[in-house]
Amino acid sequence: MTKVTMTVNGKSVSAETEGRTLLSAFLREGLGLTGTHIGCDTSQCGACVVHVDGKAVKSCSVFAQDVAGASVKTIEGMANADGSLGVIQQAFQDHHGLQCGFCTPGMVMSAAALLAENSKPSEADVRHYLEGNICRCTGYHNIVKAVMAASGQDVSALAAE
Amino acid sequence: MPKDSGIGASSKRREDIRFLTGRGVYTDDITLHGELHAVMVRSTVANGKIVSVGTARAETMPGVQAVFTGADFAAVGGNPAGWLINSRDGTPMREPKRPVLAHGKVRHVGDAYAAVVANTYEQARDAAQAISDDTVIEELPAIVNMAAAVANPANRVHDEIPDNVCYDWGWIEDNRAKVDAAIKSAPHVTTLELVNNRLVPNAMEPRASIGEYFPGTGDYKLTTTSQNPHLTRLLVAAFVLGIPENKLTVVAPDVGGGFGSKIYHYGEEALVLAAAKKLHRPVRWTAERSESFLSDAHGRDHETKIELASDLEGNFIAIRTTTLANVGAYLSNFSTVTPTFLHGTLMAGPYKVPNVYVNVKTVFTNTAPVDAYRGAGRPEATYSIERVVDKMCRELNLDPFEVRRKNFLTTDMFPYTTPVGLVYDTGNYQATLEKAVQLADVAGFEKRAAASRAKGRLRGMGLSTWIEACGIAPSHLVGILGARVGLYDAATVRVNATGNLSVMVGAHSHGQGHETVFAQIVSSKLGVPESSVEIVHGDTSKIPFGMGSYGSRSLAVCGVAMDKALDKIIAKGKKIAAHMLEAAEGDITFADGKFSVAGTDKAKTFGEIAFSAYVPHNYPLETLEPGLEETAFYDPANFTYPAGAYICEVEVDPDTGRVEVASFTCADDFGNVMNPMIVEGQVHGGVGQGIGQALLENAHYDENGQLLTGSYMDYAMPRADDVPFYTVDHSCSTPCTHNPLGVKGCGEAGAIGSPPAVVNAVIDALHRAGHKIDHIDMPVSPSRVWSAMNA
Ligand code: FES
Ligand code: FES
Repeated sequence: MTKVTMTVNGKSVSAETEGRTLLSAFLREGLGLTGTHIGCDTSQCGACVVHVDGKAVKSCSVFAQDVAGASVKTIEGMANADGSLGVIQQAFQDHHGLQCGFCTPGMVMSAAALLAENSKPSEADVRHYLEGNICRCTGYHNIVKAVMAASGQDVSALAAE
Repeated sequence: MPKDSGIGASSKRREDIRFLTGRGVYTDDITLHGELHAVMVRSTVANGKIVSVGTARAETMPGVQAVFTGADFAAVGGNPAGWLINSRDGTPMREPKRPVLAHGKVRHVGDAYAAVVANTYEQARDAAQAISDDTVIEELPAIVNMAAAVANPANRVHDEIPDNVCYDWGWIEDNRAKVDAAIKSAPHVTTLELVNNRLVPNAMEPRASIGEYFPGTGDYKLTTTSQNPHLTRLLVAAFVLGIPENKLTVVAPDVGGGFGSKIYHYGEEALVLAAAKKLHRPVRWTAERSESFLSDAHGRDHETKIELASDLEGNFIAIRTTTLANVGAYLSNFSTVTPTFLHGTLMAGPYKVPNVYVNVKTVFTNTAPVDAYRGAGRPEATYSIERVVDKMCRELNLDPFEVRRKNFLTTDMFPYTTPVGLVYDTGNYQATLEKAVQLADVAGFEKRAAASRAKGRLRGMGLSTWIEACGIAPSHLVGILGARVGLYDAATVRVNATGNLSVMVGAHSHGQGHETVFAQIVSSKLGVPESSVEIVHGDTSKIPFGMGSYGSRSLAVCGVAMDKALDKIIAKGKKIAAHMLEAAEGDITFADGKFSVAGTDKAKTFGEIAFSAYVPHNYPLETLEPGLEETAFYDPANFTYPAGAYICEVEVDPDTGRVEVASFTCADDFGNVMNPMIVEGQVHGGVGQGIGQALLENAHYDENGQLLTGSYMDYAMPRADDVPFYTVDHSCSTPCTHNPLGVKGCGEAGAIGSPPAVVNAVIDALHRAGHKIDHIDMPVSPSRVWSAMNA
């Protein structure tokens, strides 16, 4: 067992790890941050996406020991300081971008990474960027809409409803 | 003006706050003191005789607390089929036992025959691997292909079932000769053979279960990913483990999608309970995605021949279908009703077609069990009908829109008894079709087709007009048809002394937003703010009873139960108000949260009445009990019949055969709509899954019974860039006539109506480009399209 220390959502945290402990397990089991979800075992669903030093990373595909010292952000760190929903989270609620909520943490984290790179993504940009995040509930319509809305674009005319 | 609260408002979902902040509590998020980890040992062969299960080495491995095999459960019950289907000759279906762990034989890849419980997950996994390595299974020939399964009695999935047939069902058998005669004498018969491809439901949250046993009281608790905790309790308690129902609590906390796959009871649930009892510690199990692919109930998997007889103008005369339906290795709980009563009874569609006969042979194979998946039987029926109608139009050179118009039931024909036994209460199929035609700008198609041509793409348009029966179901009716349960639902409305409400509902929300929508209904009905209503679901120790959520039944059955409980609350409130206001009960009216004496300004608020019920100082105690809590059970009088028209446009790339969905338009009749935002979201999700079925998804077993599409690397899930924005409308509404909310159900519509619209569009695109291709089976993949074009 090796003690790993990193910064998670702005706080320095440590937990004992084995060499094989994944970042996802470190967060969920080591720290009790269960907002990061595990939806697959082949690194394809994106439910586990977190930010490592500002980049979107599938936390099921990284060993905790390999990101020792890094700054990690999870869904639990996305709300505003006063606890209210952040802009992307709020857009997901406003536009019904989630149903069962299982893919949602990964979607929000991926969307945040996209918007950090591209402040006004087109529909095609959003769809392409979210290819690594599977949602079984929403048919993606309202997710794409929410991400575009979060970037400040007017989405009212995107598709008739 | 859109409403901002109550019935009809697009109220934002309250449950979103916890899901968006990572504070949802799904089963795998729960940690318990002293918990142990279970890992299942699964067969790697499709069909095999278990010679010996090698547990000795595993039992001595670090951290291992217990090992279970099929022998440990040989003396307890099995997981039963919920519906008895009789064959055409009157004999009952064949029902092999489905044990907790396979015993004697394994029958599909992924069939669990042992389980390890250890201190850590890793230890359990290592020991499970050791058992797998040390076990001797004599592999037998795999039975995968349905036609071969029926034809070759030498190979058996279950030794006692010689032809691998569960039943050979005819609907309606008495009409068979008449339908045969009608087809024989018809001026035209269109025949189509098609496959309804096998799908893996793939709720994003894998199944998970935690078993607890409390030795002090003998109580058990199962926390599990379920769409219907009460049904799971009934199955585990009464059928599998023989635990008294009142000693078992089943909790389904936040559940990450179901789509049918979490309706059923699975062996892992019984395993964790039995292990918890034996070890006196909590035992948890969570599926890996690979296990989900191998062991969740799959969906669809029909091979159908459909014949449509008509006159030369396209007036339908008769429909006859012959289907082989794959049930997999064991009977999952709803597996026998899905290809029969949820399929055959829909085979008249929204049409005037006087003669219909459906024959379904359901076949055991060495594959995972197959059961209801979003739509369950109705997508299969809709696909068959809408594809054959499309083919008929082409054969007779008729316009597919005109043919639908000509054959639709008209609004003056309701209530209408179909030749397959349903009574449609209301509908307006013309209205939804014309709405879809307008929204999809059918008139502008040629222009768009020219633009597609200019960039080297072939554009096509496909139509599907669908109907379904949902809100399952009138118990007396389903009882006659073989259901082994009642299909009512229940709700308790508890008004607390301070005037806020706890409403316990039998429906279970795993994405549908019940916590929001049910509160909207309560708010409208009682004139209280939505925020004062708490919806409680998913816990058998808190809610009165419930049959859960599937078949688009939550609102149409449980919502109505809640509505009836609210009626009782109002009725009791009137009695209390009459006493307090010194008026006759008959003079009390209730509106906008106030009980008033008609024609006066004397009134009491809902809150005052609630307070009085719990602090009954000025109260008719001689005639009325204190307290304000009511329960209602509601058993519907009929199914509900949502219907609609879907129009899809595709672009086909002739060089690669790749199909892109250019637009998708839905005009649906769901009756009254409680929350438009949520209803539209349900349609989006259903259409996304339908496009997945039509173009991408396929659960493919090879001839050895190995699942070749067992991960997200091989099973093509629809992703964000595989689908367009959808145009969704639900304005053409004919309220359901037999429930007080006038609601029909919207959960499955998208998945039912969309696959034929997509495939019809592809065939249309190919025909317009001169390729005389009658049919391509789903998924209409690039290779299938390209091969058809270049055959
Ligand atoms: S759990 Fe990490 S990608 Fe699926
Ligand atoms: S909201 Fe359920 S998987 Fe995306």
